[in-house]
Amino acid sequence: MADAAIHCRGLKKYFSDVKAVDGLDLRVEPGECFGLLGPNGAGKTTTIEILEGLQPPDGGDVEVLGRRWKGDERELRERIGISLQETQFTDKLTVFETLTLFRSFYREGHDPDELLRRLTLEEKRDARVGKLSGGQKQRLAVACALIGMPDILFLDEPTTGLDPQSRLQLWQVVTEFRANGGTVLLTTHYMDEAERLCDRIAIVDHGKVIALGTPKELIAKLEAPNIIEFTSEPALPEETFANLCEGYHGCAKRADGWQLRVDSLAEAVPRLIAVVEKSGAKLRTLSTHAATLEDLFVAMTGRELRDA
Amino acid sequence: MPEPAIIELTKARMREFIREPEAVFWVFAFPMVLTLALGFAFRSKPPDRIPVAVVAGPHAAEQMAALAKSPALLPRVMDEAAAAAQLRTGKVSMLIGGGAEPLYRFDATRPDARTARLEVDDALQRAAGRQDLIKAREERVSEQGSRYIDFLVPGLLGMNLMGTGMWGVGFSIVNARMKKLLKRLIATPMRKTEYLLAQFFSRLIFLVFEVVFLIAFAWIVFNVRVHGSFVTFGVITLIGGFAFSGIGLLVASRARTIEAVSGMMNLVMVPMWIGSGVFFSYERFPDAAKPFIRALPLTALNDALRGVMNDGSGWAQVWMPVAILVAWGGISFALALKLFKWQ
Ligand SMILES: Nc1ncnc2c1ncn2[C@@H]1O[C@H](COP(=O)(O)OP(=O)(O)OP(=O)(O)O)[C@@H](O)[C@H]1O
Ligand SMILES: [Mg+2]
Repeated sequence: MADAAIHCRGLKKYFSDVKAVDGLDLRVEPGECFGLLGPNGAGKTTTIEILEGLQPPDGGDVEVLGRRWKGDERELRERIGISLQETQFTDKLTVFETLTLFRSFYREGHDPDELLRRLTLEEKRDARVGKLSGGQKQRLAVACALIGMPDILFLDEPTTGLDPQSRLQLWQVVTEFRANGGTVLLTTHYMDEAERLCDRIAIVDHGKVIALGTPKELIAKLEAPNIIEFTSEPALPEETFANLCEGYHGCAKRADGWQLRVDSLAEAVPRLIAVVEKSGAKLRTLSTHAATLEDLFVAMTGRELRDA
Repeated sequence: MPEPAIIELTKARMREFIREPEAVFWVFAFPMVLTLALGFAFRSKPPDRIPVAVVAGPHAAEQMAALAKSPALLPRVMDEAAAAAQLRTGKVSMLIGGGAEPLYRFDATRPDARTARLEVDDALQRAAGRQDLIKAREERVSEQGSRYIDFLVPGLLGMNLMGTGMWGVGFSIVNARMKKLLKRLIATPMRKTEYLLAQFFSRLIFLVFEVVFLIAFAWIVFNVRVHGSFVTFGVITLIGGFAFSGIGLLVASRARTIEAVSGMMNLVMVPMWIGSGVFFSYERFPDAAKPFIRALPLTALNDALRGVMNDGSGWAQVWMPVAILVAWGGISFALALKLFKWQ
């Protein structure tokens, strides 16, 4: 098999008592779009920055494009593009000047104007960076990541804080980059983003990969295609629905109610209503949806992926 | 084809600077305002006449006539009580009373009072018929090159080169580190030394304008001239700019906040404002302190600039302070490269 685009084994990074990354293995194939999904503080940024050669790991081994950061740094920097979680550029420079500056660091690269067109920033070409909106700044950050025609694109939360239209545009840019053979590693809090963009996803929590696979495979791990969420007055104990019906796969506590994983809604919903009624409680809300990655995360950790 | 990175980095730094109006004011306008204010405050003018009081009495008119002939005195007649009150509050430097045999009352610890006594006595004795036994001639000096403003301008220039050198480099670097811009830059194939050199280059380019402006201004307004070679003078300012940029880089090599870097900058600069002879000659400091004072970079720069500007010195006379500057710059730059934190 050819070299992996990114390959790391037993990655560790400790900050005094915080185990930010705690024995993490990843293998990203060339041409793949790989997503790191996880809640705040899971260690996504730390992991991606170690892979980008911006932080040294405390333990473990990193290879990017078959090379190591020690010794091959300059060559690797020519071939990867990075968008940090929170990059700010010099406020006093214009968008075009910023991009031209970044272009000058690379042996070969895109024409800044062409890239601005692709990211629909051409209207802002001569605007000062300090005057851009959050979404425009984010697009500029991605433009700076793309300017050197990288083989691998690292995007740390590229769409956080963007409006839906800007998100779609960014997804489009990522898709185009991949169409030309590029490899992408991105982090996100958004399920839909991960499901739409990524070939494979690693769910990270407490510095470890807790689930890995294609979005379909991961959702299949839930073993339950449907989710029921409900709240009642008063709240009910877990035993109430222990033997709810055939095809009941378990439950998880949500902020003010329960989430149940079931095979068939037609079977489970009437039973649930009956059980609640029998216990003497009142049903306040009830909703159902097809299972997502978010539900997998909740099922595996008992916590939400995003802070509510 | 894009320009080489070092040129783009220098251009970026220069744009960042000129788009900051406050920075432009402090670098260009402020030194001129300071020169103007101090130049006028200390401009050479004929000494003021010293006010003296003549106590009213039968001889007052005759004494007034005699004293009025002296160009150094401003005599006035008043009664005894008023004269005593004015002497006490320092409105007059001396009181003349006593009639035919005058009585001089004055505070001998005050230089103006001692001068007044000599001038008054001379005027009264002359009026009474005293003859000069020897004829002395006078030659007044107010030569360009020896006035206070001539001393001041190179000092201000040195101080300005220190301030802009250190701030110009230090501030932008700490700002870029705070915003994680440095981290973003090292995530590219950019060469780190090119980034630091670009800071130097942009600084030196602005330095040329800064020096030319201030020197032209001082020349036009106060007729302050560079007596030595302009080339030597120019090279010394560049070496000064290099030395202080190096020190600025060192100070900023690890600071994470603007507050931290400001504090350290002041810690480095304030002693030199005081010690390095910007406004007043450091010759008044104790002899034991002088070797240390001369080893300070601002003292070295001021000495070299004054040497070339006021005394017309060449390299043979100023090599020592210039060597001190080169050492400060070189050592600071080398240390800064070692200590520099990019994140
Ligand atoms: N420089 C640092 N010093 C100390 N602790 C750190 C440092 N960087 C990260 N951490 C800690 O390591 C853990 C992982 O942080 P990291 O930024 O990698 O999380 P993340 O998954 O990117 O979170 P988010 O989704 O909020 O961006 C956190 O608990 C964080 O507080
Ligand atoms: Mg993060």
